[in-house]
Amino acid sequence: MMATIGRRRARTIALAAGLAGVLAAVTACGGGAGEEGESGEITLVVETFGNFGYDALIQQYMEENPGITVEERNTQRLEDYGPQLLQNLAAGSGAGDVVAIEEGQIEQIMAANEQFVNLLDHGAGELQGNFLSWKWERALTQEGDYLVGLGTDMGGLAMCYRADLFEAAGLPTDREEVGEQWATWDDFIAMGEEFVENSDAAFVDNTTIPYSTIVNQLGGQQGGYTHFDPSGELVVETNPVIRQAFDQAVAIGEAGISANLEEFTEDWTAGLQQSAFAVTTCPAWMLGQIQDGAGEDLAGSWDVAATVPGGGGNWGGSWLGVPAQSEHPEEAAALAQFLTSPEGHISAFQEANTLPTSPEALQSPEVLEYTNEYFSDAPVGEIYGTTALELEPVYLGTLEVPVRTAIQNQLRAVENGDLTPDEAWEQAVAEAEAEAR
Amino acid sequence: MRTTGPPTPGETHERPRPSHRTRTSSKARDGSAGWRVRLTKADMRYSPYLYVAPFFVLFAIFGLFPVIYTLWISLHDWTLLGGQEAFVGLDNYAYLLFEDTRFYNALFNTLGMFVLATVPQLLIALLLADLLNRRIRFRGFFRVSVIFPYVTSVAATALVFGQLFGRDYGLINYVIELVGLPPVNWQSGRLASWSAVSIMVDWRWIGYNTLIYLAAMQAIPKDLYEAAAIDGASRMRQFWQITIPMLQPTILFTVIISTIGGMQLFTEPVMFGGGDYDGGSQAEFQTIAMYMFSEAFGRQDYGYGSAVAWIIFVVIILFSLINVLFVQRIRSAV
Repeated sequence: MMATIGRRRARTIALAAGLAGVLAAVTACGGGAGEEGESGEITLVVETFGNFGYDALIQQYMEENPGITVEERNTQRLEDYGPQLLQNLAAGSGAGDVVAIEEGQIEQIMAANEQFVNLLDHGAGELQGNFLSWKWERALTQEGDYLVGLGTDMGGLAMCYRADLFEAAGLPTDREEVGEQWATWDDFIAMGEEFVENSDAAFVDNTTIPYSTIVNQLGGQQGGYTHFDPSGELVVETNPVIRQAFDQAVAIGEAGISANLEEFTEDWTAGLQQSAFAVTTCPAWMLGQIQDGAGEDLAGSWDVAATVPGGGGNWGGSWLGVPAQSEHPEEAAALAQFLTSPEGHISAFQEANTLPTSPEALQSPEVLEYTNEYFSDAPVGEIYGTTALELEPVYLGTLEVPVRTAIQNQLRAVENGDLTPDEAWEQAVAEAEAEAR
Repeated sequence: MRTTGPPTPGETHERPRPSHRTRTSSKARDGSAGWRVRLTKADMRYSPYLYVAPFFVLFAIFGLFPVIYTLWISLHDWTLLGGQEAFVGLDNYAYLLFEDTRFYNALFNTLGMFVLATVPQLLIALLLADLLNRRIRFRGFFRVSVIFPYVTSVAATALVFGQLFGRDYGLINYVIELVGLPPVNWQSGRLASWSAVSIMVDWRWIGYNTLIYLAAMQAIPKDLYEAAAIDGASRMRQFWQITIPMLQPTILFTVIISTIGGMQLFTEPVMFGGGDYDGGSQAEFQTIAMYMFSEAFGRQDYGYGSAVAWIIFVVIILFSLINVLFVQRIRSAV
């Protein structure tokens, strides 16, 4: 009897001791969260990847809204940013108040829309006219009553090239002439072969960027989808455009004109600075990436050609959403609306050349007449803006990113000499199926 | 700390006791003597559990619960954002064990890198410890220096090594080319990538193991060596026949710690691969921990990722047991 009392007491005390420990741990954690000052000041975190061109906008917003501090938390690579965002969403904490959602992830996030604040509850409904219709609809549920994100940019295609290296290798340097000469990807390869004969640099950075480009071009031209059909089925083996894009990318590698530098890695950036390659596909957002990576030393060396071998297309583009976990959803929604307003699109375009998805911004003189000093004063507003209104993006499945990465890995293996093209294709199909199972 | 009540029988030496004694001792005074004796017995018997309780309570919350919860998740279709979907029983495990070649590839890589990293690591640590155990100049300085790589953050180490092993602009390839050899594409192919990752791992862990061996060596009685020296045993012979056998329990400890670390190898290969969980274009250096991440966070199949996590757990236990058997055999052979 007495022993039982002792045991119970010991248990109670153990529990109390344990709880005390937990309390200590919990309160220790709680200390960091109180970002609000006494005067009602709040801090909003905007999470982006690559270069969204929001410096000036954030500055302006803080000046116009005293009491709100806006911080931008930027992750350079989408490959790092995307999974981190999903983890933070799943964990219920850690995501910013306003987060960028890339097109490769939008389907996934639409399938879990309750993770985000419904922007229609915050007066976004009247903003529909500010966006191209597809951009608006892809972040809206089928029923049309839940809006997850507001469109930022899109990835209308052009080509960036090093005019100085072209000249040294005896190739044309004029934007129009360059574009005319690479009307098709086979022309592009022929041009690259001529280039590498007369230059130390490689022609193109890798075969994986051409793959992404070609898959988006062909997908847009034939059926409107790529790795997944609109019912969400994996169609890598049955959709002919995948094999065509794969073979074309392999051909680029076999022509010996690629620098075999994986995009957006440190090696790629180093290659950019060391002039290791002379051409890359430039969706509008890539201009900011190149300028950041190559640095001021190469200002005026790059130029932009409007013609993409094989025709136009769209690659990339994002939305801004407010995670449901945000402590300040009202203020965050207001900030997202500010950043995605037509004026916001114009400012971001001027800073990082991210192509607006706002028709008003696309038709504004600020965009259409914009020339980029870094890219040899190329009229990038005209180059991207004129085709943007007609662009129809391709459908992307929920597992678009892992499937595309799996296929690109095989292309890299071919370039490394680890696989033959046929082995690589077999492997690509198998890996894609394993990813999408 | 000490309570106010009179010394109780059975309490032979001072030790801190919980304050609840203060309250109970006044009650005990007007009760029978048996009360107090029983209480003392209870105290003797249960206090130790109380003292260790905080750890176990915290372990239960932050260690055991996640482990059990992971098991629960692994029995479901469970997506990262969508959450729990359907109970699938052992389907995840069945696919993992019988169909998933990618898992076995990752397992093979993990074991390969474990062997490639651990064997030289422990051998070098043993030799270094033996050197540092001798009377050499600046002994204190060298002893402190070996631990520096260990206190450096893994991410920083991996970042620097990642640049050293760069294919086009890395320092190591620069040196290799100076010597006149063709540059190595460190990210491609098993041998190259495994070596690079193993060097990173060893850089970090050699010092740690050296210090552990050194501490154990200092506990070996000097007269053993003196007696051996009188009998004419060389330093080499002393090392193999006195040091190594005396270090046997320590070696077992380091082998098991290395096994656990090696099976969970993650940060180094991830940073080496530029932050991807793919581990190279052909998954040449994808470890099972990376595979777990790529399934749970890349494919967002939380259920399957959890199954991988559990299999990793089982694999670690298996290999630790194999180690114990292996080292015991060495002991009986010596």
